[in-house]
Amino acid sequence: MAAPLTLLLLVAVTVRAALFRSSLSELISERVEVVSPLTAWKRVIEGLALLDLGVSPYSGDVFHETPLTIYLFHFLVDYAEVTFMVSVKKNVFRKQKFALEADRYPLDCLELIRSPKEMYYIPLKVAMFYLLNPFTILSCVAKSTCGLNNAIIALFILSTIKGNVLLSAIFLSLATYQSIYPLTLCAPALLYLMQRQYIPVNFRRASFWWFIVQYAFMYLGSLFVIICLSFFLLGSWDYLPSVYGFILSVPDLTPNIGLFWYFFAEMFEHFRLFFLCVFQINVFFYTIPLSIKLKEHPVFLIFMQLAVISIFKSYPTVGDISLYMAFLPVWSHLHRFLRNIFLVSCVLLACSALFPVLWHLWIYAGSANSNFYYAITLLFNVAQILLVSDYFYAFLRREHHLTYGLYLKRKDGSEATLVLK
Amino acid sequence: EANAVIIPQCSHIPPGRRGCLMETTVSPNKEELVIRPLHSGDIYTSFQFRTLWETDFTRENKVSHYRLFPKSLGQVISKFSVRELHISFTQGYWRTMQWGQPYLPSPPGAELWVWFQDSLTDVDGTWKELTNVLSGIFCASLNFIDSTNTVQPSASFKPLGIGNVTDHQIVCTENLTPWKKLLPCGSKAGLAVLLKSEKLFHSSFHSQAVHIRPVCKDDQCKTTSWELRQTLNVVFDLHNSGQGKNEWSLFKMFSRTLTEACPVASSSKIYIDITDNSQGEQFELSPATPLLSQAVVLGDRRTFSVYDLTQQITFGTICNVLKLPVTYSAHAGDMLRPLLHAERYVAGYGLQTGEIHTLMYNNHPYRSFPVLLLDSVPWYLRLYIHTLTVTSKGKDNKPSYIHYQPSKDRVRPHLLEMLVQLPPNSVTEVTLQFERALLKWTEYTPDPNHGFYVGSSVISSLVPSIVAMDTNNSRERPLFSSFFPSKEESSYFVRVYTEPLLVNLPTPDFSMPYNVICLTCTVVAVGYGSLYNLLTRSFQIEEPSPGLAKRIANIIRKMRGVPPL
Repeated sequence: MAAPLTLLLLVAVTVRAALFRSSLSELISERVEVVSPLTAWKRVIEGLALLDLGVSPYSGDVFHETPLTIYLFHFLVDYAEVTFMVSVKKNVFRKQKFALEADRYPLDCLELIRSPKEMYYIPLKVAMFYLLNPFTILSCVAKSTCGLNNAIIALFILSTIKGNVLLSAIFLSLATYQSIYPLTLCAPALLYLMQRQYIPVNFRRASFWWFIVQYAFMYLGSLFVIICLSFFLLGSWDYLPSVYGFILSVPDLTPNIGLFWYFFAEMFEHFRLFFLCVFQINVFFYTIPLSIKLKEHPVFLIFMQLAVISIFKSYPTVGDISLYMAFLPVWSHLHRFLRNIFLVSCVLLACSALFPVLWHLWIYAGSANSNFYYAITLLFNVAQILLVSDYFYAFLRREHHLTYGLYLKRKDGSEATLVLK
Repeated sequence: EANAVIIPQCSHIPPGRRGCLMETTVSPNKEELVIRPLHSGDIYTSFQFRTLWETDFTRENKVSHYRLFPKSLGQVISKFSVRELHISFTQGYWRTMQWGQPYLPSPPGAELWVWFQDSLTDVDGTWKELTNVLSGIFCASLNFIDSTNTVQPSASFKPLGIGNVTDHQIVCTENLTPWKKLLPCGSKAGLAVLLKSEKLFHSSFHSQAVHIRPVCKDDQCKTTSWELRQTLNVVFDLHNSGQGKNEWSLFKMFSRTLTEACPVASSSKIYIDITDNSQGEQFELSPATPLLSQAVVLGDRRTFSVYDLTQQITFGTICNVLKLPVTYSAHAGDMLRPLLHAERYVAGYGLQTGEIHTLMYNNHPYRSFPVLLLDSVPWYLRLYIHTLTVTSKGKDNKPSYIHYQPSKDRVRPHLLEMLVQLPPNSVTEVTLQFERALLKWTEYTPDPNHGFYVGSSVISSLVPSIVAMDTNNSRERPLFSSFFPSKEESSYFVRVYTEPLLVNLPTPDFSMPYNVICLTCTVVAVGYGSLYNLLTRSFQIEEPSPGLAKRIANIIRKMRGVPPL
C-alpha cells in the first residue's frame, strides 16, 4: 500500500513541478475556468502589494480572501508552489484514510457486498483520482487557493471519520470561514458522529439534542475565535463585506464555469435581489431533505453535499469539481446501477475541451459571442447534475436491493423492473 | 466704475512700518486676445476675459451686489461654499509636439475641479447638487458626473479638491452660448464679438473654460477678491479652412471684425506673438503698431505686438474696423521643443486583460525634474498595482511617492498618484496591467462596441525654465502670463494632459435576457427535479399496465361498484 502510494505521489509532484516551471503556468493561472475572483493567485499578490503600500486590501474590490489567508501567504509567498503541493498531498492522505472506514455490513446479498480486497485498493484509487485529475493539476499549477480550501475540507472529513468531535468542529469552522458554503456539511458530520457514538437520531431523545448543542457550541466557538482573530490581524471589520458580502451578493460577473455570471449579467434590475436569494438558498436548501433521506449513510451525504455546493456555488472552479470527483472511486461498487455514466462522461470531456476553445473565440478572435461560452457552461452543469443524481439513484437502488434482494420477481414470477414511484 | 482706482491705504500701516501701502491698480474687468502663429501652420488664438468681484463671504449677510460678476456663478459660489472652481469643455486633443505648450491646458471632454470651503460638511451631497446646477448653467450633461467617476486626489491638484474628468462630451454651440452669456458685455461689444460658433467649431482644437478662484489683493493676502476668468482657446487649421494662401486675418478666422471695445472693460488688448518675426522676415502685420510688449510665458521670453482696443486710433481711419491681415513670406523655423510631453496608450490583445502604458518625455538636455502623475481609471478596468513598473532609459525608476486608492465596484474609480523623477533627455515609461470586467447588460452605453473612455492622466510639474520667470505677482501683467503664478524664478508650472483611452470591454448578448433567465432556471430545475424525484419516491416493482380496453372496462366497473378485472 505504501509503495504504490509513494509512486503515485512522485508522479503527481513531478507533473506539477514540470508544469510550474514551464511557460504554461502563466497561461493556466489566467484561465477563468481554473481561477475565480475568490481564489486567484494574482489577487492574493495584489492584496499583499496593497498591504505593503499601506492601503487596506479590502478597500478595493480586487481582493476577496480572508485575513488569515493573507497572513499565511505573507510568510509563504516565496514558497507558494511548495505550499500548494503540500496541501494536495495532505488532501490525499486524508482521503485515503477515510475510504478505509467507509465499510458496509449488508444483509444477505453476497454479490453486493464489497470484498475486503476491493476495499483495500479504494484509498489508492481515491488518491489517483484526486492527484492525477487534470482539474486538480490545473488548479494546483494556477496556485488557486481552492486547493487550500479543499485541504481544509479533507481534514474536516478525516477528523469526522476518526470520530474526533472537537477537531471536526474546528476544521468545519475553518472551512466555513474560508467560504460560507461548507456550513451545510454540519448535518452529515453530526449524523456520522452520532452514529459512531451510538446516539439514535430521534428528536425526542435528550442525548440527540445534547450532542447537537455540544457540537454547535464547539463549532460556533471556534468560528468566533477565528473571526475575532481576523479582526485583530487587520484591525477592522472591512473583510466581512469584502469576503462574505462578495460571496453572497455576487457583484463580480467575471465568467466562470458556473451558472451565476451570465444569469446576473442579463438580469433585469428589478428582480436581481429575488433571484440572488433564490440561487443562494438553492445551495443550502437540499441539506434537510438529503439528511432525512440519507440519515443512515452520512458519508454519502457528505459526497452529495459537496457535489451540490460545487455545482451551485457562486464562483465555482474546476478545483471544486475535482474535490467531489475524488470520492467517486469509493462508490465504485455502484457501477452496475449507473444509467447515464457514458453519456455524462462524454459530455464532461467534450465540455472541458470546448471551454478554452469558445473562450478564445469570444475574447480573442471576436468571432463568437458570450452565448457560446454560456451554452457550454449550461451543458457542463447539466452533465454534473446528471452525474450526481445518477450516483444517488444507484446508491438508493443498491440500498433497496440490499433490503429486498437482488433478483426480484413480479407477482407472476417474471423478472421485475424497478421504477421510482 | 471700470476705471483704475488708486486708494492710499494709510490706515492699514502695521506698527513699525513706514509709508503707505499703495494698493495696486485694480481693474475689475479685463479682456485680451492672444494670437500665436504655430510652426505647423496653424493659428492659436486664446481669449481671456477676467472679472474681479469684491465681496466677502465670511460675513454671513447675503450677497446681492454682483456688479459685473455673473449672478448665476455668484450664487453657485455662495450656495455651495465653493472656494475654487475650474470647469472646461474641450473638443480635440492638444498636440504638444506640434503646437508647443498651451497657455491653459485642458483635457479632451469636460473637466470639473472644485475646492470647497473647510466649513463644508456634506461634500458628496454638495458635489452632486453642484454638478447638476452647473449642468444647467452650461447646458452640458454634467449630471453624469457621480461618485463612480469622481476622484479626490491628495497631491496633484493643490489645495485638496474634488474633481472629475469625463470624455465623450461633444462640445457644441449649446455650450458656447451660455458661456458667452456670462461675459459682462455678452457678445455685443469688445472681443466677444469675434466669438461666432460656425467658425469657432470648425477648428482643430476648441476649449472653453471658466475658472473661479480667490486672488489676493496685496502681498500679505489679508483680503481676497473673487476672480472669474473665462478662457477660450482655439487652434485654427488654416490650410483646411483657408484658401490655400498663407495669410490670415481676423475676418478670415472669425468672419467678424472688431469695431469697438467693451465699454465696461478697463483693458481690452490683442497680443500678436511676433517673436519669430523680429525682423519681419516671416510675416507682415498690418496695420503695424508701435506698441510692443515682452512677457515671459511658459519659460520663454516672447515679444508681442499689442493692439489696444480702448484707443480709438487702433481702429482704421476709413471703416473703423480692425482687420489685421497677415501675409506669410518665409518658411517657419524651428520650434522650441516643449520640455515636458506625455503620451498614453493601451497595449495587449483580446478582451480579458490589457496594459496601460504612459510615456513621459523630458526634453531638457541636462536637468531632471520630478513630475506628479495622476491617473483616474474607471472601476471596470481592474488595475493590479503589483504590476506597476516605471522604467527610465531601460532601468527601473522607483517613484518616491505613491498614493493608490483602489476602486470599489460601481462606487468609485481607481486613483493613482505618483511622484516620478524624470532623468534629463529621457523617456520614462509607466506600465500597469488591468483586467476588463463584464458589466451588467444595463450598464453598457447604447453603443457598447464603441468602447469605454478612460479619462486623460494629468502630469503636473515645475519645469526648469531657461529664462527667469517673473515672480512679481503684484504688477499688472497680461492675463495669459499670470494664470499660473510663479513662486520662483527658475521654474514654471506646467500641466500636461495625455490622450484619453478607448478600451473595449467584453459584452454579453443584449438580446438575450429572457432567454438566459429561462435557460439557467431550466438547468437549476433539472437539478431540483432529479433530486426531488430521488428524495420523494421509492422503488417499487413495476406492474405492467393493462391495455386500453381493459382500463376503460375497469373504470366502468369501478363506477358500478364491481371489482375490477
